[in-house]
Amino acid sequence: MKTVEHTSIIDAVKNLSMEANFDLSKDVVAAFEKGKEQEKSPTGKAIFSALIKNQNIARDERVPMCQDTGFSVIYVELGQDVHIEGGPLEDSINEGVRQGYADGYLRKSMCEPFTRKNTGDNTPAVIITEIVPGDKMKIIVAPKGGGSENMSRVTMLKPADGKEGIKEFVVNRCFEAGSNPCPPVIVGVGIGGSSEKVAILARKSLFREIGSKNPDLELAEMEAEMLKKINDLGMGPQGLGGTQYALAVHIEKFPCHIAQLPLAVNICCHAARHKEVIL
Amino acid sequence: MSNVIKITTPLSDEVVNSLKSGDQVSINGVLYTARDAAHKRLVDLLDKGEKLPFDVKGQIIYYVGPAPAKPGAIIGSAGPTTSYRMDPYAPRLMEIGMKGMIGKGNRAKNVIDAMVKFKSIYFAAIGGAGALVARSIKKVEIIAYEDLGPEAIRKMEVEDFQAVVVNDTSGNDVYKEGMNKYKK
Repeated sequence: MKTVEHTSIIDAVKNLSMEANFDLSKDVVAAFEKGKEQEKSPTGKAIFSALIKNQNIARDERVPMCQDTGFSVIYVELGQDVHIEGGPLEDSINEGVRQGYADGYLRKSMCEPFTRKNTGDNTPAVIITEIVPGDKMKIIVAPKGGGSENMSRVTMLKPADGKEGIKEFVVNRCFEAGSNPCPPVIVGVGIGGSSEKVAILARKSLFREIGSKNPDLELAEMEAEMLKKINDLGMGPQGLGGTQYALAVHIEKFPCHIAQLPLAVNICCHAARHKEVIL
Repeated sequence: MSNVIKITTPLSDEVVNSLKSGDQVSINGVLYTARDAAHKRLVDLLDKGEKLPFDVKGQIIYYVGPAPAKPGAIIGSAGPTTSYRMDPYAPRLMEIGMKGMIGKGNRAKNVIDAMVKFKSIYFAAIGGAGALVARSIKKVEIIAYEDLGPEAIRKMEVEDFQAVVVNDTSGNDVYKEGMNKYKK
């Protein structure tokens, strides 16, 4: 049994909320560099240069790279031998978000759905918890902007639609999203499970390092094929025309009911923010 | 990139008509900010026949909800938000003289038609490059709806605010043209 103080959860969420918004992970920056090199359109190349410059300003001046500092997705992998002391997990996470968004001068974007009244502190966070073996606690903080989240979809395909139906839906979703989700994007795909499970799979696929190969060879092939098809649409960075609309397609798969083929597409803007810590 | 065209607000019909989709522009002067909630309030005022908190004639509305300014800073990150959410309101503002909009993403056909009819331009700034865009903002003042927080209407003074003309007054669309050029 290992004890984790609730204050260390608050501090971790607070710091990761700021770090995620101020500094992109190395894999995202590397993807910008590669995209810039491969992009055929001069405008597209200039956009990659601007994104790299923007990231450098954000990192050096400790300001958010994008004004939409997102809703907070907090993914917790909680070892079953961990005991949390001092306060409820959910309250601790929300307190961390509250402090991070205040101290980091991050935009507060959460509101009541009907009145649209802002909650004022970017809480509540969207918390996904998984209990796993062991005595460690992993926290991933992944702020997500409203513009790209609005382009995400969950659909229930027929088993007869198969792999071809999946590919068609994903490519078409990107086409319909067009310039809206701030391309270059990362396309997260969830396949299987149920309507809620598939959405979580798509979300989790975005945490994978960009440019890393899917260990499942069949999925790796599908990812490469869809990436090519999406980029061949010609929409390019910011949808202004070019060859690099998407930086990567990531798939996560799970078994599903014999009557179903659930599919989720989570489109993530180029500000692919996620930072993690193990307590 | 092509040559950058310098424009200064308020925009005349002559300037607006000279801009073509795909043009790179450097915007100078005043911009007014408004997004979802502020647009709703503006159009509610028009419905009631009341006066708006600022004169939109010749002006550009920038779709943005900035991040808070750090101590000593003029503004926080301030890149464009997705424009289609303002589509239900934009034609009403063009009708009373608004000459430009800055955002990102496609507009509805009726909005593009309204741009042709009322002579207005839709510009795109780089979505997600909020820290970079903020550097061109020199002065900010909240002029209405402070209760909306990031969605309050702000009057901004900008210098060399970089944008691209997406839809011009002839109905052209750089998103379609750009895509067709690189489509395989």
